[in-house]
Amino acid sequence: MRPLVALSGLGSVLLASSAFAEEAKKGMPHLDFHNPLTVSQVVWLAIIFLALYLILSKWALPQVESVLKARAGSIAADLDAARGAKEAAEAAIAELISATQAAQATARMEIATAVDTAKAAADAQLATDNARLEAQLGAAETRIAAARASALGALREVATEATAMVVGRLTGSPADPKAVDTAVGSLLAARGLA
Amino acid sequence: MAAGHTIDALGQFELHPVLGAVGRSVGFSQSSMMMLIAAVLTIGLLVVGMSAKAVVPGRLQALAEMLYDFVHKMCIEQIGEEGKKFFPFVFTLFTFILLGNLLGLLPFSFAYTSHIAVTFSLAAIVIVLVTGVALAIHGMHFFSYFFPAGAPIYLAWLIIPVEIISYLSRPVSLSIRLFANMVAGHVMFEVFASFIVMMAGAGLVGYIGGVGPLALNVILMGFELLVACLQAYVFAVLTCIYLHDAVHLH
Repeated sequence: MRPLVALSGLGSVLLASSAFAEEAKKGMPHLDFHNPLTVSQVVWLAIIFLALYLILSKWALPQVESVLKARAGSIAADLDAARGAKEAAEAAIAELISATQAAQATARMEIATAVDTAKAAADAQLATDNARLEAQLGAAETRIAAARASALGALREVATEATAMVVGRLTGSPADPKAVDTAVGSLLAARGLA
Repeated sequence: MAAGHTIDALGQFELHPVLGAVGRSVGFSQSSMMMLIAAVLTIGLLVVGMSAKAVVPGRLQALAEMLYDFVHKMCIEQIGEEGKKFFPFVFTLFTFILLGNLLGLLPFSFAYTSHIAVTFSLAAIVIVLVTGVALAIHGMHFFSYFFPAGAPIYLAWLIIPVEIISYLSRPVSLSIRLFANMVAGHVMFEVFASFIVMMAGAGLVGYIGGVGPLALNVILMGFELLVACLQAYVFAVLTCIYLHDAVHLH
């Protein structure tokens, strides 16, 4: 009780002004231990505080705790779900990218094969065409040579007749067919057409 | 008001029995009545507030959760992980003092925290709990608390008594801090309010002059709201610090 006594001294000093004169005589009600209520409020404090503590700790606070825990749990679950969904989305994107790349590679390969096949087919076609054209060319050249030969054969006859007729007109007498023929033959031979 | 020009600043702290003859027989004063109201309000706030159990809280539930979180965080931060065990006690202490302080500011009410018998009892509960916890955890090793490790042994004759006195003065400072704050605030209310009444007796000049103390009382009310919350917080935080010492021994 020593601090209380000291405090009462402090209180007396504090309240020594004239306005508090009457109070100072009565003292502080806080330290009026003649009043049984001063001590009884300690007993009531003990009862009420203990009851409050028991009710709060056994009943009221666990309710708050359960609500807070449920909320924290549902937030954590939501976050987990969101994280899972994100991972699934990322996996799907990766799968999509790899599938696209595989499809592109396959397509490139098929295009290359098709081009090669087409090139081979075109080469073969070209070769047969060339062979056919060569053959036609050869035949045509043979025909041209034959035509030329026959044309050149006719040339001598035409030249001989024309010469005989020209000589006949110029001289007034028929030309000697043998001489004409010999002259034409030599001239043609000189021009390389015989 | 007492007769004449005296100010009955301390009359407001007198205890009277309430609830008639029954109250008188069991010594139930208005102080005890306010304790009961504070306890009922605390439980009511938690039970009614949390009855919805909503994931998105309403106002009352948010208040209850904020109060819970505030004290819970304080326990964990000051005491450590072991603080969870003491959380219900600190919560009870904090809300009991906070509501006592706040309810005491209402007109016709009574601040039971303005009685040294009450605050000292609360401080005694704290110090008994702290010492009990320390002895339960550390046994006889607890007494090493009074001689910090590394201190020069030839100073033991000085350090040990100082440490013991400082330990024993904890409940005294704890209880007087709260008690004195509450008494001072309520005395000031009473003094300034009495000034208003005295001024009113002086006629027209007094009516105008009475505005001063009235304004002061309005400002004081804001200040006292702060003090009410702050002192409850200080009491609870010091309790947590003492519990930390008891659990960890420095």
